[in-house]
Amino acid sequence: MSMKSSTRQVDGVTIVDLSGRITLGEGSVVLRETVRDLLSKGQKKILLNLADVNYIDSSGIGELVSAFTTAKNQGGELKLLNLTKKVHDLLQITKLYTVFDVKEDEAAGIKAFNK
Amino acid sequence: MPSDRVSYTLDSTLETVNNAEETATRMAAEAGFDDEEVMKISMAVREAAVNAVLHGNAYDPSKKVTFAFERTTRDLVIVIRDQGKGLDVSRIPDPLAPENLLKTSGRGIFLIRSFMDVVEINPSQTGTELIMIKHVHGNPADSKEAPQ
Repeated sequence: MSMKSSTRQVDGVTIVDLSGRITLGEGSVVLRETVRDLLSKGQKKILLNLADVNYIDSSGIGELVSAFTTAKNQGGELKLLNLTKKVHDLLQITKLYTVFDVKEDEAAGIKAFNK
Repeated sequence: MPSDRVSYTLDSTLETVNNAEETATRMAAEAGFDDEEVMKISMAVREAAVNAVLHGNAYDPSKKVTFAFERTTRDLVIVIRDQGKGLDVSRIPDPLAPENLLKTSGRGIFLIRSFMDVVEINPSQTGTELIMIKHVHGNPADSKEAPQ
């Protein structure tokens, strides 16, 4: 299954709802273009909702890292929301869980941007 | 459980990567691995196939990737060969080192080693052979890394 992406605004935060697989090829490209598009529009508070992302490969991990650093370099902030167990475990073994700001609750995630 | 072997040669494309992943998923499930182990095996095979197609053969249409999946009573053995320049394992940086954590690539071999029981990488001037073994009934006494 390819990846789908949709965005919504809540209290000045752009929530990106992703579903499917973030893998080499289409999924990684969709994520990259979505984040770059948001940043170019000045939407720099980005919360990636990964609740329906059931699979990420090393390219997808790289794309998440790229999105994180791209946002940061442009004065923005990118956080992760609702990791599945598979994605959570993957970020743990690659030691990225502590690099990303991971939230388990959408309201808390939004609040974290507006401290 | 009877032995089962599948081997084939494919082009250096993303379709090949997906094909290898699907075969790994099917054979791992048939070997009796649970869902989590099936996911790990299929991801290891996907990463190895990506290495072969992207880094080994560099999407060269004249170069092929060969896959062999063998299921025995003890093991699931997967061998993937590319026709690239030969992977220099010593040049792959540690993806867990603090200075490498924010790199956008370089985690494939690490994930393969994390998910499989035995991993052997045999580079040569005519390509790289990657052998991956997952024991059907995990034996913690088995080594993680085959001798080079």
